[in-house]
Amino acid sequence: MNKPDAKSNLNIMTACELIKRLGSKEITSSQILSALQAKIKETDAKVKAYVRVANPVDNPKTQKPGVSGALSDIPIAIKDNICTDGLNTECCSKILEGFKPPYDATVIEKLKAAGAIILETKTNMDEFAFGSSTENSCFGPTRNPWGLECVPGGSSGGSAAAVAADEAIMALGSDTGGSIRQPASFCGVVGLKPTYGRVSRYGLIAFASSLDQIGPLTKDTRDSALLMNVISGYDPKDSTSVNKEVPDYTKALTNDIKGLKIGIPKEYFIEGIDPEVKAIVVDAVEKLKSLGASCQEVSLPHTEYAVPVYYIVATAEASSNLARFDGVQYGYRAEGVKEKLQSLINMYNNTRGKGFGEEAKRRIILGTFALSHGYYDAYYLKALKVRTLIKQDFDKVFSQFDCIVAPTAPTVAFRIGEKINDPLKMYLSDIYTISANLAGIPAISVPCGFAKNGLPVGLQVLAKPFGEEMLFRVAHTYEQNTPWHLEKPKVS
Amino acid sequence: MEYQAVIGLEVHLHLKTRTKAFCGCSTEFGSQPNTQVCPVCLGFPGSLPVLNKVALDYAIKTGLALNCKIQEYTKFDRKNYFYPDLPKNYQISQYDLPFSKGGFLDIDLDDKTKRIGITRVHLEEDAGKLIHKEDSSLVDFNRAGIPLLEIVSEPDINSPQEAYEYLSALKSILEYLEVSDCDMEKGSLRCDANISVREKGKTQLGTKAELKNMNSFKGVKDALEFEINRQIEMLESGEKIIQETRLWDIKELKTVPMRTKEEAKDYRYFPEPDLPPFIITKDKIEEVRKGIPELPREKLARFAKDYNLSKYDARVIVFSKRYADITEKRMKEYPGKDKKQVVNWSTGAILSEANNLNCPPDELKIPGGDPELIGLIKSVEDGKISHLVAKSVFTESISNGKLASVIIKEKNLFQISDSTSLDGFVEEAIKENPKSVADFKAGKNNALMFLVGQVMKKSQGKANPKIVQEILKGRLVDA
Repeated sequence: MNKPDAKSNLNIMTACELIKRLGSKEITSSQILSALQAKIKETDAKVKAYVRVANPVDNPKTQKPGVSGALSDIPIAIKDNICTDGLNTECCSKILEGFKPPYDATVIEKLKAAGAIILETKTNMDEFAFGSSTENSCFGPTRNPWGLECVPGGSSGGSAAAVAADEAIMALGSDTGGSIRQPASFCGVVGLKPTYGRVSRYGLIAFASSLDQIGPLTKDTRDSALLMNVISGYDPKDSTSVNKEVPDYTKALTNDIKGLKIGIPKEYFIEGIDPEVKAIVVDAVEKLKSLGASCQEVSLPHTEYAVPVYYIVATAEASSNLARFDGVQYGYRAEGVKEKLQSLINMYNNTRGKGFGEEAKRRIILGTFALSHGYYDAYYLKALKVRTLIKQDFDKVFSQFDCIVAPTAPTVAFRIGEKINDPLKMYLSDIYTISANLAGIPAISVPCGFAKNGLPVGLQVLAKPFGEEMLFRVAHTYEQNTPWHLEKPKVS
Repeated sequence: MEYQAVIGLEVHLHLKTRTKAFCGCSTEFGSQPNTQVCPVCLGFPGSLPVLNKVALDYAIKTGLALNCKIQEYTKFDRKNYFYPDLPKNYQISQYDLPFSKGGFLDIDLDDKTKRIGITRVHLEEDAGKLIHKEDSSLVDFNRAGIPLLEIVSEPDINSPQEAYEYLSALKSILEYLEVSDCDMEKGSLRCDANISVREKGKTQLGTKAELKNMNSFKGVKDALEFEINRQIEMLESGEKIIQETRLWDIKELKTVPMRTKEEAKDYRYFPEPDLPPFIITKDKIEEVRKGIPELPREKLARFAKDYNLSKYDARVIVFSKRYADITEKRMKEYPGKDKKQVVNWSTGAILSEANNLNCPPDELKIPGGDPELIGLIKSVEDGKISHLVAKSVFTESISNGKLASVIIKEKNLFQISDSTSLDGFVEEAIKENPKSVADFKAGKNNALMFLVGQVMKKSQGKANPKIVQEILKGRLVDA
């Protein structure tokens, strides 16, 4: 284990550790940045966590000097689908080539107001967050720092890999069906999907508006709580954000879970789960028991419908959300034919045909079909009904249990190229994460061990809406009593 | 064969809120293109809509005035279609749960009052505007996101005239509510029509056509007229009417096909996930209801009763709320006995001056304002000046900005009621018109009026016609 003392490896510290040292004037923000710079120079050519610019800290964008707050001088990596004023935000899609939003997402405003340093280049992702492997990026795939031949998970694979490889102190991702938690699990970092409505979506380029949430990817649960303190809260610019007070999440980091009642959903341990992953998660449950929690098997009977429901709701919303990318106002535009009557349709077709990648086209077509006249009732409406049933499953369990613990993903990171040609197989890697988005509940993934091949495994904790404090309490207690989060990958 | 037309109208209306439906941009008309835009109304990636509460208030107000039931639970939906003037390529609209439905609007026909059902009223956002050039098209997004109300009638309208009356009545109500400018030329009111014809007496509806592109109430009437004849001619010649959308060609004065039902778009409506469904509380409805003023039909009835007006007079005054309010204020302030005089001026001189200047009658600038106008009307009732003189003084005052009272004084236009001052004119008139004198003596009363006219002429309109008549009678009967 590397004990971070030398100023040259400030990049491996957590934000909380850096804040302490910044506070005692032991270090400066430029030292943090140069440590990151050196690390990125050393490893990002292999990991490819960042996109567009060779070195993202060459010209870090910061709020005007002098602003101090909870994250003063802490650099943060941002997923490429979160709008940053004047900085390219392209969702790793050719169709948004060159797009520089004229405004900051609300989370970016909040980070700047807290003194954080926004890195100019963004982290890699599946195009428009469509994917579970970060292979669907117009910039090419990101690689898992724990095994470069493997995917980092997705869609926030760039953010997770950057944090895991110590190329970032902390990062923001977005989670529509597991896009923060599954890459956190694959990369051995902490990833939180907040309650729907907890964090403003204003400035997050929408994939599926009713499921999307921005959340933190960090090295430990304390950083996660710290980042949540800054980005959470009601935003008048987002009608789906909830006007509910934000507690100090760091106060929930109590290292005490005695007497908590934890539900273990039996549907999350049946066919499809890798036996090694299952064994590691079962060990983690034993650990929780030994820490004083009572764990009991529960049932979430509609779990098997989560993936099909998700792929109808999410693609339907996506087909509409992505309609605006048409070459008219911004981003990439292909020329249409010159004949007047045909030129508009032709421009649309060429722009969208060449601008979107395969998975984006697949989902747009799926979603368009699900909303079409004559199919709406059978697909979209039915899916909404089942979504309600899935939510009720959770309500029932949470009426008796403080939280649910389950695997984050059914497997460890798979090899690049392994599932890219089999979308159904790929979709199943989100089987344990999708339900939280459908139900709108918060969920966190923390490292809980390693498979024999050295790849990390994640433990997922789920709680009722606005139960983030419970997540932090359980995840932090587990983390503090296990060594997993301290392990570092050797990128070579 | 006798036919009956079955018509339903869809009216789109700009609400005159200060800001757009889902963002804070101005709704001002006529600004430089693309100066009233922001990431939200441009549909920029990551932007989100937030409902303008005033727009919802205006919408509820309109729904209530059209006797609709305001729905407690309502939501927005996305209407998906590609068009370059639509920034997001979907329009935020309302599909299966509009905020209000099941209302009606009464219209006055020659012989009766007819009730036209209102199916629904819903709130949505407008699109931008395309400006077509020689070899390219430009988009102006200033209009994109302006709140629109869609008011859909039942197919209760049976003639172009009824359609015209419906639109007039609707416009009048909307102006009373002060929720819209209702200016078809500026595009703040647009109207589409669904029309079919059927044999009279039959209950089954014929195949309908949807008419678009009418840009005035008269255009709606003309287009319906044309379309009814076209459909009847097709039926008479045994042809089948196809369901289609047709455009009104203003130059050719005919409807032309735009697209058939098969080409109709599938809008793939689904609930707008960026705006959660919301509840309109009873308190909210009552609060809005309190802000609804007396509406045209109620005002009409009250004016007719309280001021003893003919239906015609009342309607002329009541058509515009502002004019009705101004007129009522003038009637209340008028110190004379005969309030009807104010009505006569309101339906006569004031309207014609306003028409000449091509301005709404409530905006007619009267030098000295209401006190001068009221003084002028009172002078006539008091016999100080003649009605004829008063009217020409009014015209002059409007045109040169001088006070009416000043004009009367300067030109000494006071009515001459003193018989000794009139004797000379009467003498001359009798001398110059022996034939009329003879006619009168032979019992022709018209001849007396002719002689009065002659005296009026000689006195440059200042003579009091009643006194002149008396003097003339006295002289001619004596002689």
